[in-house]
Amino acid sequence: MDFASILSNAFGELISPTTAAYALAALGLAVHFGYSGLLNFGQAGFMAVGAYGFAISTLTFKAPFFLALLIAVVAAAVFALILGIPTLRLRADYLAIVTIAAAEIVRYLVTTNGWTAVTGSANGLAAFEGGFFAMNPFPPGTYPMGMNNRDVFIRVVGWSLVIVAGLLVWLLMRSPWGRVLKGIREDENAVRSLGKNVYAYKMQALIIGGVLGALAGMIFTLPRGAIQPANYGTELTFFLWTCLLLGGMATVLGPVIGAMIFWVVLSLTQGILSGLIESGIITWLSTVQAGQLRFILVGVALMLLMIFRPQGVFGNKKELAFA
Amino acid sequence: MSEQNAVPRHEKVDYMTDTRPIAVDETGPGCKKRDPIVVAENISRSFGGINAVDVEYLEIPRHKITALIGPNGAGKTTLFNLLTGFDTPNSGKWQFEGHNIAGVSSYKLARLGMVRTFQLTKVMGKLTVMENMRLGAADQPGERLSKALFKGIWGGREKEITAQANVLLEKFKLDAKKDDYAASLSGGQRKLLEMARSLMVRPKLVMLDEPMAGVNPALTQSLLDHIKNLKSEGMTVLFVEHDMNMVRHIADWVVVMAEGKIVAEGPPADVMKNPAVIDAYLGAHHDVDLGDAEGIKELEAELEADEESIVGTENAGIIAPEIVVSGLDDKDKK
Repeated sequence: MDFASILSNAFGELISPTTAAYALAALGLAVHFGYSGLLNFGQAGFMAVGAYGFAISTLTFKAPFFLALLIAVVAAAVFALILGIPTLRLRADYLAIVTIAAAEIVRYLVTTNGWTAVTGSANGLAAFEGGFFAMNPFPPGTYPMGMNNRDVFIRVVGWSLVIVAGLLVWLLMRSPWGRVLKGIREDENAVRSLGKNVYAYKMQALIIGGVLGALAGMIFTLPRGAIQPANYGTELTFFLWTCLLLGGMATVLGPVIGAMIFWVVLSLTQGILSGLIESGIITWLSTVQAGQLRFILVGVALMLLMIFRPQGVFGNKKELAFA
Repeated sequence: MSEQNAVPRHEKVDYMTDTRPIAVDETGPGCKKRDPIVVAENISRSFGGINAVDVEYLEIPRHKITALIGPNGAGKTTLFNLLTGFDTPNSGKWQFEGHNIAGVSSYKLARLGMVRTFQLTKVMGKLTVMENMRLGAADQPGERLSKALFKGIWGGREKEITAQANVLLEKFKLDAKKDDYAASLSGGQRKLLEMARSLMVRPKLVMLDEPMAGVNPALTQSLLDHIKNLKSEGMTVLFVEHDMNMVRHIADWVVVMAEGKIVAEGPPADVMKNPAVIDAYLGAHHDVDLGDAEGIKELEAELEADEESIVGTENAGIIAPEIVVSGLDDKDKK
């Protein structure tokens, strides 16, 4: 077993653009659920709207990078409005039902054969990342850990975005605006009785978290240079929830660190399991089965965490004492 | 509507000692007030065939403390919900300070200056007591998303709010708790916090739903004073309460509801003599204070005279006057 390569793979996951995308989307969920109490089970839908919004405006409408970016963000905000208008006046559970369904609707819409020319159907879209990598300031060459200049660029952009978004969320949540949101999370009728327009606050939170999801969708697809509907299924949403719960719900660092833990644990278990299988120590598993087993292990880890540290890694224990 | 402002508004009146009559002419259910802050007409709300509230006409006097009493299920809380926009009536219209507020959403009513508390206390458990208080304050520019990022814009107002909150917390004896999570407070303390928080809005009309339920007797007295003092700050109070002592102590006006209707109205002393109210709600021996020995002796004497009571017959057992009163004497000796 090659521990050096297992560890270097794990470290690669720690800073990979996918991890950055997960961190960003989980941060959006933290705005939704951790701070505002909105049960969004359709974050994958927001990511898909962001990714497809960007790809379609680039490919079909030949929009330049920043315009495509803007369109994707606006599309996510509109998606949030459509979801929020009928449901935010109702109890939290209704939003959960609507978001999980809406995310699936988005995925089925882009898979429809009728729109293959625009969405690429099940095959998805590709070759829309040119505009982004054309702006790459890093000269070609070899970089540490066998990365090329594209790898470095997307990592720098992705993690800068995570840092900026985290900073913004932190600033917002320590403000009186954030205080109203947290009040709504605790008891929206009480907040209403104090003269705050609860509906507007919930809508703003839904849009902000959704836009973070859309940005995550773009960071997720850009390094791949391809986008496939199958990537945006419900399991993506639940991985994001896992990241959020791992790190701690009402924190800024929580979802970021949660995403890192999630991917590092997946990478480590994968490396160790396939190492053990290849060296013949484990004979009752195939490599394919090992790939599935690591998700089971992540589930077990999550259960252990919920039992022994239910507030997550960064959560405040005192807040949970009264839950 | 009604003859508003018999006294011009600018004339300085000490509302604590103002003894001008509250009603314009005769007192009775639905009577006109000299200076009403809330006027409600034909408000009805039914839940699946049961008329929870069916109020023909009600005025709430300004700068006064009005108690809303009635047996359980009389529709007091439902009326509260309807007036504050937390529920929509099947019919009716109502005004607050001359604004027509039928169908206006609850948060706008709160901004107009009509703030309520809840029977089942609502505090934000995972916010500190101080944050709960700050949340109540109005006019914090930082509550707008566009300004939330810039502490320079809202920091000044935040300091004012904090100072205001500190004063209130001290009044309500919660100042030692201000950095604790509200969820760690006891039931009574939560009641206090909720009341203090509603005052952060600087309302014109405070509507308290059972403010004394679960508050310990020592604190009740100081709370009653606070509520009374709200008048001197120009506020109007409407409260639901079952504690007749409280009603008698602080209310200037009492409205009695039963089965959704208003059955009586008037100054507390008059209303409590009203036979309809006694029948519907108070019970025959409501005015005896069981807290002291004299009261118990009085009750025993009254019961002895009462033909329906077993006291004074041989079935009295341990509630016979001799036994109860001798028990009291023993206690006094200790």
